[in-house]
Amino acid sequence: MPTPDLAPRRSRDPHDDTKDRMGTVPETADDAVSVQMIAPDGRFEPNAAAEEFLPYLERLDDDLLRRFYRDMVVARRFDTEAGHLQRQGQLALWPPSLGQEAAQVGSAHAARPQDTIFPAYREHAVAMIRGVDVVDIIRMMRGLTHGGWVPAEHGNFHLYTLVIGSQTLHATGYAMGVGFDGAATGDPARDEAVMVYFGDGATSQGDTNEAFIWAASYQTPQVFFLQNNHWAISVPVTRQSRTPLVARAAGFGLRATRIDGNDVLASYAVTAKQLDDARAGRGPGFIEAMTYRLGAHTTSDDPTRYRGADELAEWEARDPIARYRHHLESRGIVDPAYLAEVDREAADFVADVRRRTLALGPADVGLIFDNVYAEDHPVTREQKQWLQGYEAGFGEAR
Amino acid sequence: MSATTWTMAKALNQGLAKALADDDRVLLMGEDVGALGGVFRVTEGLSARFGTGRVLDTPLAESGIVGAAIGLAMRGYRPICEIQFDGFIYPAFDQITSQLAKITARHEGSARFPVVIRVPYGGHIGAVEHHQESPEAYFAHTAGLRVISPSTPNDAYWMIQQAVASDDPVMFFEPKSRYWPKGEVELESPAAGMHTTRVARGGTDATVLGHGAMVSVLLQAAEVAAKEGTSLEVLDLRSLSPIDYGPILRSVEKTGRLVVAQEAPGFASLGSEIAATVAERAFYALQAPVLRVSGFDAPFPPAKLESVYLPDADRVLDAVDRALDY
Repeated sequence: MPTPDLAPRRSRDPHDDTKDRMGTVPETADDAVSVQMIAPDGRFEPNAAAEEFLPYLERLDDDLLRRFYRDMVVARRFDTEAGHLQRQGQLALWPPSLGQEAAQVGSAHAARPQDTIFPAYREHAVAMIRGVDVVDIIRMMRGLTHGGWVPAEHGNFHLYTLVIGSQTLHATGYAMGVGFDGAATGDPARDEAVMVYFGDGATSQGDTNEAFIWAASYQTPQVFFLQNNHWAISVPVTRQSRTPLVARAAGFGLRATRIDGNDVLASYAVTAKQLDDARAGRGPGFIEAMTYRLGAHTTSDDPTRYRGADELAEWEARDPIARYRHHLESRGIVDPAYLAEVDREAADFVADVRRRTLALGPADVGLIFDNVYAEDHPVTREQKQWLQGYEAGFGEAR
Repeated sequence: MSATTWTMAKALNQGLAKALADDDRVLLMGEDVGALGGVFRVTEGLSARFGTGRVLDTPLAESGIVGAAIGLAMRGYRPICEIQFDGFIYPAFDQITSQLAKITARHEGSARFPVVIRVPYGGHIGAVEHHQESPEAYFAHTAGLRVISPSTPNDAYWMIQQAVASDDPVMFFEPKSRYWPKGEVELESPAAGMHTTRVARGGTDATVLGHGAMVSVLLQAAEVAAKEGTSLEVLDLRSLSPIDYGPILRSVEKTGRLVVAQEAPGFASLGSEIAATVAERAFYALQAPVLRVSGFDAPFPPAKLESVYLPDADRVLDAVDRALDY
């Protein structure tokens, strides 16, 4: 396990800085060692922190390595297309995943089929990999549903949760249930684990901190996957925390690792180990994936109002897809024909998404009433009947 | 029919024990519910009988209790949460109203969330701030929750089992000042479902309606009124959401007068809702406006003033007199 380097870049006493109290924020939250397999230029150069995770890369054959690339490219094309659809008035909102593809694709492939995943609302790549039809995410963002899919039939991938951090407690309760259902058998192909995604903003929420406490207390088979994308809408992560977020985890009693979140192999290997440790009964784990939200928070946001072009350029230079493509090319795992084929597949994929989005019909009025309660309820039943009569009345008048 | 005499605390304890015994997916979780048996001893002995894997002493975090219960329900469990006191429910408000209440609709029929949240509530116990409140209207206002409150040991015994059996989230408000008086409990079968209004005492001149601890105040008022020659019909609401209006409307058709009493502040309260609905549905039967008797629109006062704040039989009878004078 890497030891976080807590030394600040600049020597300072945060309690003796009037400017901090007035609203500026320190720059210390990035200072910790991250597991890295692929250097930003694409060379395979595992750092010291990566050593214990290297055996997990042996699970990857060339097909899977190519699959990671394909998923990252398709996820990005889909995300871009969804943004266009929003701009064209087809969606109410879109929260882009641009820049976070490596964190999501690596961790999603590390999960086993029997695992259960709780997303926040930006995990489009994870959803895709777990078998969710992305048009169901589109339906949600178009205002046709608050949910969109049946988790048990789509890779145990739960519904998006929009209130920040709420899903961390659901995941922890679910993982408690996994624990109550029986101790680990020792068979990783059978034992279950739970993974919950959340962001750096969520680490300030009470629910998230309560989830850490409960997970540690009940030793749940669970991994907390934090995508530190550095911005909670307009507020930098340094406002959320003056210590590296990964350093907090130890205080809760969670096995914690920080990774280069733009390195898909680091994301895969560390998540695979953390999940297998969790499923084997070694208690809850925590991963902080250092990544960056290259796009806006959502299509309603304007990041030029609060962050500089320099910072954006710095992270664009660490683009997860370009880095991984260079890596695969240098190992001879992909050739130009394969890359062109993936681009074609991505183009076909989003053309299909666009076609099906434009074909979506209206929402059924019954949706207002039908599943408010699982059992019969006189109020929703009577109000639905009333509405039907009211609307039928207009029909007769015509 | 076999029957026994229990306090409400004992009746709840036995109802919870039956629910735990009947279905091993039922869990009890909350602060101090294990070895201590809860601060009101309602869960006494259950941890010893069912084990710490079924009766969970949780970390001290109300949002955590409800949020984790939602996850457990997703896993197929049927959690019963205890919130230690009425005034401590607000840290869980988001998980209850934004998650639990809406999550069945969000799943569009693919999942059920049979979570029961037990809340000891109300005054009359001389306690410090945050320990005597009546927050039930917040939850009755929120679609997706069922809200019920027993007033007798018999109802407590059966309604807690009915709440656990429901596939919907149920807010179960326990009138803590009624934990200790004894009452008869039928052990064979319940007299009614959990969503029915009960006629607690028949009468002809005016109807008085309340829930939880208020029902005993109303019965007391009816005794006094009877001595003065006024016949009051006492209704025990039992279900705060949905409200069973049938017995209320039938009673008002008969008496023409309705007084709704509650410990909670009157503004935007259950009493307000009932008054509006009765006016809409029984306008021509009413001989007087529906009157409300409530706690004042002020925070629950220090305990030495609770008897001034809480509606008593005299305040109920004052409203009955005003209704009869119309």
